[in-house]
Amino acid sequence: MKLNRRLFLGTGAALTATLSAPAVFAQSKPRVVVIGGGAGGATAARYIAKDSDGAIDVTLVEPSRTYFTCFFSNLYLGGFKDLSDIGHTYGKLASDYGINVVHDWAVDVDRDARTVMLAGGATLSYDKLILSPGIDFVDGAVPGWDVTAQNAMPHAYKAGSQSELLRAQIEAMPEGGTFAMIAPPNPFRCPPGPYERVSMVAHKLKQINPTAKILVIDPKAKFSKQGLFEEGWTKHYSGMIERIGPDFGGDNVSVDPAAMTVDIDGSVESVDVCNVIPAMKAGRIAEIAGVTEGNWAPVNAADMSSKADPDVYVLGDASAQGDMPKSGFSANSQAKVCANAVRGALTGSKVFPARFSNTCWSLIHTDDGVKVGATYEATPEKIAKVDGFISQTGEDSALRKATYEESEGWYAGITADMFG
Amino acid sequence: MSARPFSVAMLWAVLCVTSARAEPIGDADAGARVFGKCKSCHEIGAGAENRVGPHLNMLFGRSAAGIDGFRYSASLERAGTNGVEWHAETLDAYIENPKAFASGTRMNFRGIGDPAERADLIAFLRRYSDNPANIPEADPTAVGIDHDVDPAILALEGDPDYGEYLSGECTTCHQSDGADRGIPSITGWPDEDFVIAMHAYKDKVRPHPVMQMVAGRLGDEEIAALAAYFASLGE
Repeated sequence: MKLNRRLFLGTGAALTATLSAPAVFAQSKPRVVVIGGGAGGATAARYIAKDSDGAIDVTLVEPSRTYFTCFFSNLYLGGFKDLSDIGHTYGKLASDYGINVVHDWAVDVDRDARTVMLAGGATLSYDKLILSPGIDFVDGAVPGWDVTAQNAMPHAYKAGSQSELLRAQIEAMPEGGTFAMIAPPNPFRCPPGPYERVSMVAHKLKQINPTAKILVIDPKAKFSKQGLFEEGWTKHYSGMIERIGPDFGGDNVSVDPAAMTVDIDGSVESVDVCNVIPAMKAGRIAEIAGVTEGNWAPVNAADMSSKADPDVYVLGDASAQGDMPKSGFSANSQAKVCANAVRGALTGSKVFPARFSNTCWSLIHTDDGVKVGATYEATPEKIAKVDGFISQTGEDSALRKATYEESEGWYAGITADMFG
Repeated sequence: MSARPFSVAMLWAVLCVTSARAEPIGDADAGARVFGKCKSCHEIGAGAENRVGPHLNMLFGRSAAGIDGFRYSASLERAGTNGVEWHAETLDAYIENPKAFASGTRMNFRGIGDPAERADLIAFLRRYSDNPANIPEADPTAVGIDHDVDPAILALEGDPDYGEYLSGECTTCHQSDGADRGIPSITGWPDEDFVIAMHAYKDKVRPHPVMQMVAGRLGDEEIAALAAYFASLGE
């Protein structure tokens, strides 16, 4: 099969060369294909196109015509944002930056021929390939749950229709009902994400269904910003939230989506809404491309190139890079390092040393924002943390409000940085 | 069409409410200390110039957005066009909550909630206006900006190309088109102000933890490069 495809491609290229001179001329420009139009991919595509000033042919492959950011999708659940506030389109990347935006799924990568096959049947050739596919879920991670059950028990960990579904289910909960969340094991996208979500669901329920309960079933003993979240939950949502950690069987859970039950270490609970966030792995195309080891794709810290192939780069959640959390901010930061390196490799432009940073804001309650962040550097082994900070418990309300306002500013900033 | 009458009405509402609460006269010496909150962006006194914010000499009686050539927000320009002048009452309202007074103001300052503190500050500002206080410009109080930086560092010529690359770390939050909702605009600043501000974060004189972290690992050349690049964006 593979041999046939290559043969066909080879023939196609030869035909193009003899019959179509302009095509040959156009193809003399180096070509970059970016798979995935989120914080990593959209940023990388935009920076390469912007900084190379037309010298590099950039194609961005992203199935969604409207991209809903995972960051701030919890604020949609909490009623602080509309879905339209977190939806973005790719028009400016095409019109202002000359990026060829292809709304299709990448279904195969041939690293020997340096081509990407699309579900629609087209084939894209590349000199450099950037994979930024985000996450997929590990099969069988939560027994009883698979993607066919995601309507009964939504994950809402890829924003959009799943977020809408989960919010509708929360709003339709019976009075005094139970919202359950199965939290994921490490490592996963957005470490504070499940706990910000718990805060936002609590905020929503406190308004519309104040006797409702939230049950968090968690395989992890500790979680991101734990002290800050627990302080906020006691302050704002006293008595509403219960978390079952591994000490009490939180790491031994299965679900029955038809019966709407959760089995926690042998004890079966009926729930009204069940948000299952399974264990995660790199978006499937990274595995198909053969650049993963285990669940993630190892990369070199200096330029985010794959350890399996110097012409392939992996950004964001899908990469195994070291100390950075899997976040939109991290992906955006890595994308700029990668864009600089790719441009240097293809056009000889100056390559500056890698520098990375991340900040994650979370909203606990109205005007009660917290943040955690760090800077990172490239070492031969990994992306290594240099310095960091975290919001403190007991901060005054003016500072928390300013932190939330800052997160809104950041949202406007990063989405402008991604989509132009 | 409807936006302007609405904002004028809002402004009047703000003025009427707050002028009743304004303290009649404050302590200018105490106000000099309060001015510490302002002087990272504003100069006042002999030789004061526009920095990130406009200079504040002869402020009383000046119309809002009244200094030719200074780049104000559309909100403040509109206030000026609508006849807003700076007097004790208007300053009191503006300083209490800048964004409530002019929603789009570039003055990225949370405001001062304490009426007595505002009155002290306004008394201090009045020293540098002939009208109505009729007090001459005081002698050398030019405080520059809020942090001492080695003149050799200030003299560094930044490489804007390097600054453009480094700016990737900034533009995740600070927008390159100068928009400033929740996070301040950093485009079009005088180079020197940018350098001083960054060194103030680096030396942990300014308090913001993200900025202390970001500035903490930037070298002098890198800060100069960023200053050169972001200054060029405001042109």
